[in-house]
Amino acid sequence: MFAATGDSMLSHGMKQTGNISLNHLQGVIFAILNPWVSIGILLLLAFFATYMTALSWADLTYVLPATSLGYVLLALVAKFLLHEHISLMRWLGIALITGGVGFIAGGPALTQHHDATEPVDEPSGAAATPSFDSAQDKLLARTARNGAPSGVKP
Amino acid sequence: MKGVYTWGGILAITLASVVGDVLLAHAMKQVGDVGELWRKSSLLAVIRRTLGNPYFVLGVLAMAVAFFSLLFALSWGDVSLVGPAAASLTYIGNATAAKIFLHERVDRRRWIAASLVAAGVALLAG
Repeated sequence: MFAATGDSMLSHGMKQTGNISLNHLQGVIFAILNPWVSIGILLLLAFFATYMTALSWADLTYVLPATSLGYVLLALVAKFLLHEHISLMRWLGIALITGGVGFIAGGPALTQHHDATEPVDEPSGAAATPSFDSAQDKLLARTARNGAPSGVKP
Repeated sequence: MKGVYTWGGILAITLASVVGDVLLAHAMKQVGDVGELWRKSSLLAVIRRTLGNPYFVLGVLAMAVAFFSLLFALSWGDVSLVGPAAASLTYIGNATAAKIFLHERVDRRRWIAASLVAAGVALLAG
Protein backbone atom coordinates (compact mmCIF):
# COMPACT_ATOMS: atom_id res chain seq x y z
CA MET A 1 0.00 0.00 0.00
CA PHE A 2 2.75 2.41 1.02
CA ALA A 3 4.77 1.19 -1.92
CA ALA A 4 1.99 2.02 -4.34
CA THR A 5 1.47 5.53 -2.97
CA GLY A 6 5.19 6.12 -2.85
CA ASP A 7 5.69 4.98 -6.40
CA SER A 8 2.86 7.11 -7.69
CA MET A 9 4.15 10.07 -5.68
CA LEU A 10 7.66 9.66 -7.01
CA SER A 11 6.66 9.07 -10.57
CA HIS A 12 4.42 12.11 -10.30
CA GLY A 13 7.40 14.11 -9.11
CA MET A 14 9.58 12.75 -11.88
CA LYS A 15 6.94 13.51 -14.44
CA GLN A 16 6.98 17.04 -13.16
CA THR A 17 10.74 17.21 -13.52
CA GLY A 18 10.13 16.21 -17.10
CA ASN A 19 8.75 19.67 -17.63
CA ILE A 20 12.13 21.08 -16.75
CA SER A 21 13.94 19.39 -19.56
CA LEU A 22 11.28 20.85 -21.83
CA ASN A 23 12.28 24.24 -20.53
CA HIS A 24 15.89 23.57 -21.35
CA LEU A 25 14.87 22.76 -24.88
CA GLN A 26 13.27 26.15 -25.07
CA GLY A 27 16.48 27.74 -23.88
CA VAL A 28 15.04 30.05 -21.26
CA ILE A 29 17.64 29.60 -18.56
CA PHE A 30 18.38 33.29 -18.21
CA ALA A 31 14.83 34.24 -17.33
CA ILE A 32 14.12 32.97 -13.84
CA LEU A 33 10.99 35.09 -13.79
CA ASN A 34 9.74 33.19 -16.78
CA PRO A 35 6.67 31.29 -15.56
CA TRP A 36 7.86 28.01 -17.10
CA VAL A 37 11.16 28.21 -15.27
CA SER A 38 9.67 29.18 -11.94
CA ILE A 39 7.06 26.43 -12.24
CA GLY A 40 9.85 24.04 -13.12
CA ILE A 41 11.85 25.02 -10.05
CA LEU A 42 8.76 24.61 -7.86
CA LEU A 43 8.08 21.19 -9.33
CA LEU A 44 11.70 20.18 -8.80
CA LEU A 45 11.37 21.20 -5.16
CA ALA A 46 8.16 19.17 -4.95
CA PHE A 47 9.99 16.17 -6.36
CA PHE A 48 12.80 16.60 -3.85
CA ALA A 49 10.32 16.84 -0.97
CA THR A 50 8.49 13.67 -2.01
CA TYR A 51 11.82 11.90 -2.53
CA MET A 52 12.89 12.84 1.00
CA THR A 53 9.52 11.71 2.38
CA ALA A 54 9.88 8.36 0.69
CA LEU A 55 13.43 8.00 2.05
CA SER A 56 12.11 8.60 5.56
CA TRP A 57 10.20 5.31 5.51
CA ALA A 58 11.83 3.21 2.80
CA ASP A 59 15.28 1.89 1.96
CA LEU A 60 17.50 3.79 -0.45
CA THR A 61 17.85 0.66 -2.56
CA TYR A 62 14.04 0.58 -2.74
CA VAL A 63 13.36 4.26 -3.45
CA LEU A 64 16.07 4.83 -6.02
CA PRO A 65 15.02 2.19 -8.55
CA ALA A 66 11.42 3.32 -8.07
CA THR A 67 12.33 6.86 -9.10
CA SER A 68 13.76 5.50 -12.33
CA LEU A 69 10.16 5.05 -13.47
CA GLY A 70 10.48 8.77 -14.18
CA TYR A 71 12.71 7.95 -17.17
CA VAL A 72 9.96 5.74 -18.55
CA LEU A 73 7.33 8.42 -18.00
CA LEU A 74 9.58 11.00 -19.62
CA ALA A 75 9.96 8.79 -22.68
CA LEU A 76 6.21 8.22 -22.88
CA VAL A 77 5.54 11.96 -22.52
CA ALA A 78 8.03 12.60 -25.31
CA LYS A 79 6.26 10.05 -27.48
CA PHE A 80 2.65 11.06 -26.94
CA LEU A 81 2.88 14.79 -26.27
CA LEU A 82 5.91 15.77 -28.34
CA HIS A 83 5.45 13.04 -30.95
CA GLU A 84 9.10 12.07 -30.77
CA HIS A 85 10.26 8.83 -32.30
CA ILE A 86 11.30 6.15 -29.82
CA SER A 87 13.81 3.65 -31.17
CA LEU A 88 13.81 -0.09 -30.49
CA MET A 89 16.76 0.29 -28.12
CA ARG A 90 14.81 2.80 -26.06
CA TRP A 91 11.78 0.53 -25.90
CA LEU A 92 14.15 -2.17 -24.66
CA GLY A 93 15.45 0.26 -22.04
CA ILE A 94 11.89 1.05 -20.95
CA ALA A 95 11.15 -2.66 -20.67
CA LEU A 96 14.29 -3.26 -18.56
CA ILE A 97 13.50 -0.39 -16.16
CA THR A 98 9.89 -1.46 -15.80
CA GLY A 99 10.99 -5.03 -15.17
CA GLY A 100 13.53 -3.90 -12.58
CA VAL A 101 11.02 -1.73 -10.75
CA GLY A 102 8.43 -4.51 -10.84
CA PHE A 103 11.05 -6.82 -9.36
CA ILE A 104 11.62 -4.53 -6.39
CA ALA A 105 8.01 -3.40 -5.89
CA GLY A 106 6.90 -7.02 -5.56
CA GLY A 107 9.76 -7.47 -3.09
CA PRO A 108 9.50 -8.30 0.57
CA ALA A 109 9.71 -5.14 2.65
CA LEU A 110 10.35 -1.45 2.81
CA THR A 111 12.66 -1.07 5.76
CA GLN A 112 14.41 -4.07 7.13
CA HIS A 113 16.56 -2.57 9.84
CA HIS A 114 14.72 -4.33 12.62
CA ASP A 115 15.11 -7.67 10.91
CA ALA A 116 18.73 -7.79 12.03
CA THR A 117 17.71 -7.64 15.69
CA GLU A 118 14.51 -9.63 15.43
CA PRO A 119 14.08 -12.43 12.94
CA VAL A 120 10.30 -12.36 13.42
CA ASP A 121 8.91 -9.33 11.63
CA GLU A 122 6.81 -7.44 14.15
CA PRO A 123 6.67 -3.74 13.27
CA SER A 124 4.49 -2.54 16.17
CA GLY A 125 6.48 -4.39 18.81
CA ALA A 126 9.78 -3.27 17.38
CA ALA A 127 8.62 0.34 17.34
CA ALA A 128 7.19 0.28 20.87
CA THR A 129 10.17 -1.25 22.64
CA PRO A 130 13.37 0.58 21.81
CA SER A 131 16.23 -1.87 21.28
CA PHE A 132 19.62 -0.26 21.55
CA ASP A 133 21.41 -2.90 19.58
CA SER A 134 23.12 -0.76 17.02
CA ALA A 135 24.75 2.62 17.30
CA GLN A 136 22.33 3.92 14.73
CA ASP A 137 19.33 3.00 16.86
CA LYS A 138 20.85 4.87 19.78
CA LEU A 139 21.46 7.86 17.58
CA LEU A 140 17.89 7.68 16.32
CA ALA A 141 16.49 7.56 19.85
CA ARG A 142 18.70 10.40 20.95
CA THR A 143 17.66 12.66 18.10
CA ALA A 144 14.06 11.72 18.76
CA ARG A 145 14.39 12.77 22.39
CA ASN A 146 16.26 15.97 21.61
CA GLY A 147 13.96 16.82 18.80
CA ALA A 148 10.76 16.27 20.77
CA PRO A 149 10.50 19.59 22.67
CA SER A 150 11.05 21.71 19.56
CA GLY A 151 8.82 19.37 17.59
CA VAL A 152 5.87 19.63 19.96
CA LYS A 153 6.03 23.39 20.05
CA PRO A 154 4.16 24.65 17.01
CA MET B 1 43.59 12.05 -22.93
CA LYS B 2 40.13 13.46 -23.42
CA GLY B 3 38.72 10.06 -22.55
CA VAL B 4 40.57 10.06 -19.24
CA TYR B 5 39.06 13.42 -18.34
CA THR B 6 35.59 12.31 -19.37
CA TRP B 7 35.72 9.08 -17.37
CA GLY B 8 37.27 10.94 -14.45
CA GLY B 9 34.31 13.30 -14.58
CA ILE B 10 31.86 10.40 -14.76
CA LEU B 11 33.50 8.80 -11.71
CA ALA B 12 33.39 12.11 -9.83
CA ILE B 13 29.66 12.53 -10.58
CA THR B 14 28.92 8.97 -9.54
CA LEU B 15 30.94 9.23 -6.33
CA ALA B 16 29.43 12.56 -5.32
CA SER B 17 25.85 11.52 -6.00
CA VAL B 18 26.28 8.18 -4.22
CA VAL B 19 27.71 10.00 -1.18
CA GLY B 20 24.85 12.50 -1.37
CA ASP B 21 22.18 9.82 -1.62
CA VAL B 22 23.60 7.82 1.28
CA LEU B 23 23.86 10.94 3.47
CA LEU B 24 20.31 12.03 2.60
CA ALA B 25 18.93 8.56 3.23
CA HIS B 26 20.73 8.43 6.58
CA ALA B 27 19.42 11.90 7.47
CA MET B 28 15.83 10.95 6.68
CA LYS B 29 16.10 7.75 8.71
CA GLN B 30 17.19 9.92 11.66
CA VAL B 31 14.36 12.38 11.10
CA GLY B 32 11.89 9.48 11.05
CA ASP B 33 8.63 8.87 9.24
CA VAL B 34 7.66 12.26 7.84
CA GLY B 35 3.95 11.42 7.57
CA GLU B 36 3.80 10.38 11.22
CA LEU B 37 5.72 13.44 12.40
CA TRP B 38 3.43 15.67 10.39
CA ARG B 39 0.37 14.18 12.05
CA LYS B 40 1.90 14.41 15.53
CA SER B 41 3.22 17.97 15.29
CA SER B 42 3.27 20.27 12.29
CA LEU B 43 4.74 20.47 8.83
CA LEU B 44 6.91 23.38 9.93
CA ALA B 45 8.44 21.23 12.66
CA VAL B 46 9.17 18.48 10.14
CA ILE B 47 10.88 20.94 7.80
CA ARG B 48 12.85 22.53 10.63
CA ARG B 49 13.95 19.13 11.87
CA THR B 50 15.01 17.99 8.38
CA LEU B 51 16.91 21.16 7.56
CA GLY B 52 18.59 21.09 10.95
CA ASN B 53 19.98 17.61 10.42
CA PRO B 54 23.73 17.86 9.68
CA TYR B 55 23.66 14.79 7.43
CA PHE B 56 20.94 16.42 5.35
CA VAL B 57 23.04 19.56 4.84
CA LEU B 58 26.10 17.46 3.92
CA GLY B 59 23.99 15.38 1.54
CA VAL B 60 22.68 18.45 -0.26
CA LEU B 61 26.27 19.76 -0.51
CA ALA B 62 27.38 16.44 -2.05
CA MET B 63 24.49 16.68 -4.52
CA ALA B 64 25.67 20.17 -5.48
CA VAL B 65 29.19 18.81 -6.02
CA ALA B 66 27.68 16.09 -8.24
CA PHE B 67 25.82 18.70 -10.27
CA PHE B 68 28.91 20.82 -10.85
CA SER B 69 30.98 17.74 -11.74
CA LEU B 70 28.30 16.99 -14.31
CA LEU B 71 28.76 20.46 -15.79
CA PHE B 72 32.53 19.95 -15.93
CA ALA B 73 32.23 16.47 -17.42
CA LEU B 74 29.84 17.73 -20.06
CA SER B 75 32.45 20.24 -21.16
CA TRP B 76 34.92 17.37 -21.67
CA GLY B 77 32.73 14.65 -23.11
CA ASP B 78 29.52 13.99 -25.01
CA VAL B 79 26.16 14.11 -23.29
CA SER B 80 25.28 10.76 -24.81
CA LEU B 81 28.17 9.14 -22.93
CA VAL B 82 28.35 11.14 -19.69
CA GLY B 83 24.60 11.15 -18.95
CA PRO B 84 23.80 7.45 -19.18
CA ALA B 85 27.17 6.27 -17.84
CA ALA B 86 26.95 8.42 -14.70
CA ALA B 87 23.27 7.61 -14.17
CA SER B 88 23.59 3.86 -14.44
CA LEU B 89 26.84 3.69 -12.44
CA THR B 90 25.03 5.61 -9.69
CA TYR B 91 22.46 2.81 -9.32
CA ILE B 92 25.16 0.17 -8.92
CA GLY B 93 27.24 2.38 -6.63
CA ASN B 94 24.22 3.15 -4.47
CA ALA B 95 23.35 -0.51 -4.04
CA THR B 96 26.91 -1.18 -2.86
CA ALA B 97 27.08 1.89 -0.62
CA ALA B 98 23.65 1.24 0.92
CA LYS B 99 24.77 -2.27 1.84
CA ILE B 100 28.05 -1.12 3.38
CA PHE B 101 27.13 2.18 5.07
CA LEU B 102 23.37 2.03 5.65
CA HIS B 103 23.37 -1.71 6.45
CA GLU B 104 20.42 -2.25 4.16
CA ARG B 105 19.82 -5.84 3.27
CA VAL B 106 20.55 -5.82 -0.44
CA ASP B 107 19.42 -9.29 -1.41
CA ARG B 108 19.60 -10.90 -4.83
CA ARG B 109 16.24 -9.41 -5.78
CA ARG B 110 17.52 -5.89 -5.19
CA TRP B 111 20.79 -6.53 -6.99
CA ILE B 112 18.88 -7.78 -10.03
CA ALA B 113 16.54 -4.79 -9.89
CA ALA B 114 19.45 -2.34 -9.62
CA SER B 115 21.26 -4.00 -12.54
CA LEU B 116 18.13 -4.08 -14.71
CA VAL B 117 17.39 -0.42 -14.00
CA ALA B 118 21.02 0.54 -14.63
CA ALA B 119 21.00 -1.27 -17.98
CA GLY B 120 17.62 0.23 -18.87
CA VAL B 121 18.74 3.75 -18.02
CA ALA B 122 21.90 3.29 -20.09
CA LEU B 123 19.80 2.18 -23.07
CA LEU B 124 17.15 4.84 -22.64
CA ALA B 125 19.42 7.82 -22.06
CA GLY B 126 22.08 6.74 -24.53
